[in-house]
Amino acid sequence: AIPVRSSRLPLLSDAMPAPAHLFPLIRNCEISRIGSTACYCHHKHLCCLSSHFAHSHFRYAPQKKFAAVYRPKENFNHFIHTRDHGSAPQRFYLTPPQVNSILKANEYSFKVPEFDGKNVSSVLGFDSNQLPANAPIEDRRSAATCLQTRGMLLGVFDGHAGCACAQAVSERLFYYIAVSLLPHETLLEIENAVESGRALLPILQWHKHPNDYFSKEASKLYFNSLRTYWQELIDLNSGETTDVREALINAFKRLDNDISLEAQVGDPNSFLNYLVLRVAFSGATACVAHVDGVDLHIANTGDSRAMLGVQEEDGSWSAVNLSYDHNAQNEHEVERLKMEHPKSEEKTLVKQDRLLGLLMPFRAFGDVKFKWSIELQKRVVETGPDQLNDNEYTKFIPPNYHTPPYLTAEPEVIHHRLRPQDKFLVLATDGLWETMHRQDVARIVGEYLTGVHHQQPIAVGGYKVTLGQMHGLLTERRARISSVFEDQNAATHLIRHAVGNNEFGTVDHERLSKMLSLPEELARMYRDDITIIVVQFNSHVIGACQNEEL
Amino acid sequence: AARMFLRLLSDIQWRAANPRWRRMTRRSTSTTAEPHPVSLPAQAQVVICGGGIMGTSVAYHLSKMGWKDIVLLEQGRLAAGTTRFCAGIVSTARPVSIELKMAHYSNKLYQQLEQETGVQTGYMKTGSISLAQTQDRLISLKRIASSLNVMGIPCEIISPKQVVQLHPLINIHDLVGAMYVPEDALVSSASVSLALATAASRNGVQIHERTCVSHVTVQKGHVTGVETDRGRIQCQYFVNCAGQWAYELGHSGEEPVNIPLHACEHFYLLTHPLKEPLSSSLPTVVDPDGRIYIRNWQGGILSGGFEKNPKPLFTEGRNQLEIQNLQEDWDHFGPLLSALLRRMPGLEALQIMQLVNCPETFTPDMRCIMGESPTARGYFVLAGMNSAGISYGGGAGKYLAEWMVNGYPSENVWPLDLKRFGTLQSSRTFLRHRVMEVMPLMCDLKVPRWDFQTGRQLRTSPLYDRLDAQGARWMEKHGFERVKYFVPPGKDLLDLDHSKTFYKPDWFDIVGSEVKCCKEAVCVIDMSSFTKFEISSTGDQALESLQYLFSNDLDVPVGHVVHTGMLNEKGGYENDCSIARLSKRSFFMISPTDQQVHCWAWLKNRLPDDSNLTMEDVTWKYTALNLIGPRAVDVLSELSYAPMTAEHFPSLFCKEMSVGYANGIRVMSITHTGEPGFVLYIPIEYALHVYNEVMNMGQKYGIRNAGYYALRSLRIEKFFAFWGQDLDAFTTPMECGREFQVKLEKGMQFVGQEALLEQKQNGVYKRFTMFILEDHDTDLDLWPWWGEPIFRNGRYVGKTTSSAYSYTLERHVCLGFVHHFDEKTGEELVVTTDFINQGEYEIDIAGQRFQAKAKLYPFSSLFTQRRRKDEVELSGYQRE
Repeated sequence: AIPVRSSRLPLLSDAMPAPAHLFPLIRNCEISRIGSTACYCHHKHLCCLSSHFAHSHFRYAPQKKFAAVYRPKENFNHFIHTRDHGSAPQRFYLTPPQVNSILKANEYSFKVPEFDGKNVSSVLGFDSNQLPANAPIEDRRSAATCLQTRGMLLGVFDGHAGCACAQAVSERLFYYIAVSLLPHETLLEIENAVESGRALLPILQWHKHPNDYFSKEASKLYFNSLRTYWQELIDLNSGETTDVREALINAFKRLDNDISLEAQVGDPNSFLNYLVLRVAFSGATACVAHVDGVDLHIANTGDSRAMLGVQEEDGSWSAVNLSYDHNAQNEHEVERLKMEHPKSEEKTLVKQDRLLGLLMPFRAFGDVKFKWSIELQKRVVETGPDQLNDNEYTKFIPPNYHTPPYLTAEPEVIHHRLRPQDKFLVLATDGLWETMHRQDVARIVGEYLTGVHHQQPIAVGGYKVTLGQMHGLLTERRARISSVFEDQNAATHLIRHAVGNNEFGTVDHERLSKMLSLPEELARMYRDDITIIVVQFNSHVIGACQNEEL
Repeated sequence: AARMFLRLLSDIQWRAANPRWRRMTRRSTSTTAEPHPVSLPAQAQVVICGGGIMGTSVAYHLSKMGWKDIVLLEQGRLAAGTTRFCAGIVSTARPVSIELKMAHYSNKLYQQLEQETGVQTGYMKTGSISLAQTQDRLISLKRIASSLNVMGIPCEIISPKQVVQLHPLINIHDLVGAMYVPEDALVSSASVSLALATAASRNGVQIHERTCVSHVTVQKGHVTGVETDRGRIQCQYFVNCAGQWAYELGHSGEEPVNIPLHACEHFYLLTHPLKEPLSSSLPTVVDPDGRIYIRNWQGGILSGGFEKNPKPLFTEGRNQLEIQNLQEDWDHFGPLLSALLRRMPGLEALQIMQLVNCPETFTPDMRCIMGESPTARGYFVLAGMNSAGISYGGGAGKYLAEWMVNGYPSENVWPLDLKRFGTLQSSRTFLRHRVMEVMPLMCDLKVPRWDFQTGRQLRTSPLYDRLDAQGARWMEKHGFERVKYFVPPGKDLLDLDHSKTFYKPDWFDIVGSEVKCCKEAVCVIDMSSFTKFEISSTGDQALESLQYLFSNDLDVPVGHVVHTGMLNEKGGYENDCSIARLSKRSFFMISPTDQQVHCWAWLKNRLPDDSNLTMEDVTWKYTALNLIGPRAVDVLSELSYAPMTAEHFPSLFCKEMSVGYANGIRVMSITHTGEPGFVLYIPIEYALHVYNEVMNMGQKYGIRNAGYYALRSLRIEKFFAFWGQDLDAFTTPMECGREFQVKLEKGMQFVGQEALLEQKQNGVYKRFTMFILEDHDTDLDLWPWWGEPIFRNGRYVGKTTSSAYSYTLERHVCLGFVHHFDEKTGEELVVTTDFINQGEYEIDIAGQRFQAKAKLYPFSSLFTQRRRKDEVELSGYQRE
């Protein structure tokens, strides 16, 4: 996401018209002839852009807007060609194997283990992947199985103004959720174990890609905060059975609260002190799924999205949204904001589709600039480490900042009872949804998964099949296999389409290659970080659960 | 129903035909161990392992030939393995002559089997149609048709229109022609196997099912018995007919017997009957370009094929009682199904019954494996049928039975002999890779000079990389890489697929220039692959033994080289070799490459068991460089500072000398071509040095590298026969003009002497003859290969055995044997020189006849070499 708009906007707007003027020029001229000049212009703009961003952890709105100018498809090729002919004639596009190695670098698959040849979980497994546009990537993903309660947790986290907050949330949120779900006795048991120095019951089993790291330095600090949380839960002991919806909401809010508190209190260790401040001053959205049998809960904060892939009776695919985006496009969100603040702020709350004219998501973790009072912000920045103090952005107070907090981490939770026709769930950051319609996502994943399924052998068995029918079936299977054989991971397949789709909705290798060949400083202008988790459901188990309940 | 049908064959018919069996193996469908009412005998003359078509055929033929004390053991039930699933097509259209003969015999045997045994075999003479989608395919069919016709097997090349008349379902729009063999047949293979078992059983063969052979015991190089899960049987002979398990069984004993074969999955389709059921007499269709075969089956069809991407199976070895139906794999079968529907579009609406997955066994060279183990006497093998088990079953069983009873079969079976392989072909990795190449080859076009692409670079000369860098193109013999020719820099040849041709090949000019260089200057050919033995003794044992085993007189002065045959009792060539007398008591023997196993076994079995007599295989110790050409003498004398002229170094001489810095190089004045020159036997560590010296020194004499194709052209125009192609165990020196290599009066007896004496008195019944094609256009006409029928005055008299283009004569030369068949009775008569000289000859190349001039002696004008008075170098080795 590119949620924050800075006060430097006027500076940038001067540069804005230039590229817009450029396009007619390129369109009307022979590319090779104007190559060098055009290229020069571009670099100039890029340089001035990057120099602006260089000192900041934050992503600015104009960048995106700028990118949007370039976005139209007919212009895209001109731009790339120009680069090639002009400044770097020696540069070659990536070969298909190179493209594949980039696309597959972060892919991860998990298959729920079977017992006695049976998988009793409603989840067959999941595929996940992410493709960076920012360097380093600001998206995070997490997946874990709850060990003390039933269910599986999966989430995507889209960071902004740096990756610190998304990183912290990806490490911590599932522990908060798991603890919120734990019964009183288990909490007591765990507390007693910690108290007496005994080994702790494992709470989560993580399913991590090697690139998904946890920060070692902060683990003690994070653990203490978590422990305080469960101690409070023990003291509260409501005695009621834990409701998943409430647990999710509590966990989200509690973690955001802890992030805020840790930043206010600080840490004697200077590294940690700086870390907790970076976490608090950066932000992250979160979209988390909890699957337990046929019960699917989606807790969403921000503009990542959860989507259910449903196979209709005729075999076609449709998409069902399981989350609402928290941004300016969501009327309810705008209404909520207006309710929470005085009428006098009505005009300034949302400007240019952004919160206070700056932030795209209307809910997020961290982002204390939108939560703390001005006094608190000033105190923390002044007493904080020099790095923080030197940072232009952290010192900057959002305009029209009168009645904080303007931002919350409280999620919206949607519950869905899984049906046999619900084949998969896609959790993805806005990088995907910006480029693809959910209907296409449902179709591509659905066909991919059934393609995989179709590779299982055909058996004639007792059916009446003619040679002609079999021949038709085999031809169709071959065609399908050849289109998906490159990917063993549904998320990778989806990214391939998201980045490489041409106007016909099929992957164009040349386009894919160009997009992935973009240098770091350019990549962000053509695409956002993309993080995808595709969860595949076990229709047999879901069907059986339904029947039992009937 | 398909399963019912197959089941029926293996259980009921067999048991119905043989009431004795009903008592013995009741409830035999139960898979649990059950008591065997009849215990195994403690001993037998022969134990056969395997109750499929091969095992039962061997038992049948052995018992017919009078051997009665035979036990056949089957781990599951009779005919329950590959035999049970076999498609049951008996097809005689085989490119290799011995295979053709086996199939022809099988067909005749199966035809009368039902009458003989009372067991229904389902024999139906349907005929077969082999389709050609390309002209090249049609040529290959015409070649087969020629050889079928001269064997008296009806066969004709027909037009696409005639195809429709024979089989209305065939789509002919893409066909250029076809071959029709009206006497080909269909059988139910399991029934044939059961019929053979029934007949054998009546002749006294004991058959025990559900008896598993664990291993074979061998003592002092001879089979002594068989260990089974039901006890031990002592025996003199063991026959391994274990099909795809033959490899494992061969390796189960202490003394492993290498049987190089490997199984692949093989798929065929069974359908329900057509609306109007197909007639059971409809011919079988083979569409090799579509990689499929189609036969009628119970009113529907049975269609399978040999796909391009086979699935090898059981590489790591896995035994099982009976081949359970393996997984059907429709996606894998897809291309074959497409080919089927393309060939018979009318079958679209036909309903599928089953896709059968039936493993088939393949061998490294696409030919089956038969014969005696080189290491364990009495251990016979018959396996590796390359999916033609039912076609070969009868004939193969007969030949093996003859081999066991008479010591050798009635036909030359060297192309199938187990001893053509050694341990080097027994790697599982090699076999896995090779059979993946072999299986698709079943349908590929078989063109001359074709080389396997897998399992290569196993044995190489130390000069391999040097030669390769200079443009060498390689072929392989017995695992050894040998140069075909050198592609000059800047010149490109066609890629593998496009170079396949029955016409003039793309390397024609390249080889021509190598030949020219051999004639005019000097060439180097790396001939390291030849088999090399050293035989020595403390006393005269070596000389005495060799004098007995070889036909020529080996009691020559030290330093002389003798060309001699290693003959069998009938005077036939078991091996053709050059032997150098290194000292009074030691000999150096050079034989063709693929003699490594056979010759070793032959000598081992016949040399006296004397610790003072030693034989060593030194093949790997020497690199052999053949310097051919008039300037070879100059190169060598400059490098050795020794006079190499004929006075000092006559032909057929051997001397250890220095070449460059390297000492102890064994130089022999032979070239295996009839051209002047030398072969240098170089201890391998000196190979590179000597090669470099020779090439540097040779530069001023115009030296260049050459390959085996040049060598081959040279030796054929000189009328040199070579063993394995022209010469075999059924050819005597008298029949190929080599009396001078036989010393009938050398003062002692030798193997084959009597037979040769008799031939000398009574004359020979075939004569090795050289033919020069007269009206053959090298550029436009089909090239001869081998196996072409020879016609004398319009009558068939024999077949060619090898051929080459002679760059000197600018004509094609074919070598082959001429027989004299009585015009009325067909009886073989003595072939005289007059008979040869007084005929008009024609060679039939794929149905087209070319005039040829017959010669019994090579062109004298081609001889320019110096000779020792008493000897003429007139020998060649297998170089193909």
